[in-house]
Amino acid sequence: MNLLNPQTLAPWFISLIEGIGLSHFWTLVLWNLIGSISLVLFAIISILFIVWLERKFAARVQDRIGPNRVGPYGLAQTIADAIKLLTKEDITPATAERVSYNLAPVLAVFSVFMVAAVVPFAKGVIGADLNVGVLYITAISSIGIMAALMAGWSSDNKFALLGGFRVVAQLLSYEVPMVMAMVSVVLLAGSMSLQKIVAAQAGGRWFFWVMPGVFLLYIIAALAENERTPFDLLEADSEIVAGYHIEYGGIKFAWFFLTFFLNTLFLASFTTTFFLGGWRGPFAEQVPILGFVYYFIKTTLVIFFMMWVRATWPRLRIDQMMAFAWKVLVPTSLVLLIITAIVLKLGLPAIWVDALLLVLNVTVVLVVLGFLGRAMRLDIDRPKRRIAA
Amino acid sequence: MITQAIFIIVSLFTLVTALLVVRHPNLFSSALYLVASFFGVASLYVLLEADFLAVVQVMVYIGAISILIIFAIMLSKGMMGKHTSPHNQQDRWVALAGLLLAIILLYFLVALVQWPTTPVGPVPANAIQLLGQDLVGRFVMPFEIASVLLLAALIGAIAIAREREI
Repeated sequence: MNLLNPQTLAPWFISLIEGIGLSHFWTLVLWNLIGSISLVLFAIISILFIVWLERKFAARVQDRIGPNRVGPYGLAQTIADAIKLLTKEDITPATAERVSYNLAPVLAVFSVFMVAAVVPFAKGVIGADLNVGVLYITAISSIGIMAALMAGWSSDNKFALLGGFRVVAQLLSYEVPMVMAMVSVVLLAGSMSLQKIVAAQAGGRWFFWVMPGVFLLYIIAALAENERTPFDLLEADSEIVAGYHIEYGGIKFAWFFLTFFLNTLFLASFTTTFFLGGWRGPFAEQVPILGFVYYFIKTTLVIFFMMWVRATWPRLRIDQMMAFAWKVLVPTSLVLLIITAIVLKLGLPAIWVDALLLVLNVTVVLVVLGFLGRAMRLDIDRPKRRIAA
Repeated sequence: MITQAIFIIVSLFTLVTALLVVRHPNLFSSALYLVASFFGVASLYVLLEADFLAVVQVMVYIGAISILIIFAIMLSKGMMGKHTSPHNQQDRWVALAGLLLAIILLYFLVALVQWPTTPVGPVPANAIQLLGQDLVGRFVMPFEIASVLLLAALIGAIAIAREREI
């Protein structure tokens, strides 16, 4: 009995429970229940760590020490903060629309946890290998937009409302290039199932090597979708205080906080899945437990990248942010998508397809960067026009 | 048995939320109930083993259309108060007319249309590929016409909303 192999774990467990005398149906219910609870627990526990990591990392970049009082290296700081948040008084503004005010944080967390179901952690370890996996991710993340809008509106606060407007404007705009990037991945992999996308990256043929341009697009859009610097206008402290969750405190704020970091985690894991080969690595096929290790290493690296960006870059202005999405990212993603589709239709041998895609991707990125550089130079030379509305 | 129970619960949920959409005094809440109703419909699709349709339902109706509706409500003047529903005094007549229309439609749908009930077998594994190929193969004309229509609407909206530079 090899308990380290998750593929033998399920039949072993099912036969164990059925040995006790439970019917097959209830065994499956129990098995899935255990699966979902461990998935949720895994996510929450890793959030405790990621929050600590982010604070520590940002502190180091800014020449501080960061949390160092609670536990070794301040590791228990997040737990202390969580307990503090949970024990705070639960306040509802007098003029708030009660139902949607209370529903919004729950819906926000719900939307992220639903996405967790399709993350492939290792060979054969996935909550539900939907054959519409990629589409499912896009569909579910739109519920998160809904939640932010509800929170912004029901708080009855103008800063919250402004934050809500910004959520829709930003997340919808950046969803377009993000989905285009995903579609390019789907075209190359030939399937929307996340396990099949990972399978298509066998033998070190990570899509990152094949389509670096698409990867760049995806990671930029992911930063925006995650409301991270340089796109953190939704909660820009100096402009709208805290955005749509300004009126939330205690446990309800904790939900939004959790949503933010869960988003980081899952966007990083989808970046890993789509472009960095998912759980693939040496011997991951034979020893599935290694898949977990590779998966976590890659995901942590992507999260580090996102933290690095957050710690180093200033925030964009809102008109710059929207212009960047619609004038740069969307056309680029369309061009890359068309290139991918045409190259795949040419019917070349696989190695030529990869090489051609790589060359074209790099060319497109260079051309776009060239245009951007020219636009910026023109912008500096030109006498300042009125600030765009 | 369980499927039946789930179906009844989901349908009731869909219907009740749909009723609340038209009856709620607050327009924003109506929009939220509309989202809930769309969710019910998506669940029905899942029950019918139409995953693709369910996901598209969530993406298009909740992710795009509802958010657009809510955005329109938020941008309208005086729509953010507590009682904003544009109800007038003719509820009863509307209800009567709606009921009549429903009866007529149901009569046509139930009595006149032959619903084939032969089982079509399990959904093929590559259903999405087939759907995609049909969309750009057999049904390429309707597909393209819809795209052109949407593009025209998009350009029209931009043309109307565009700031005239004087």
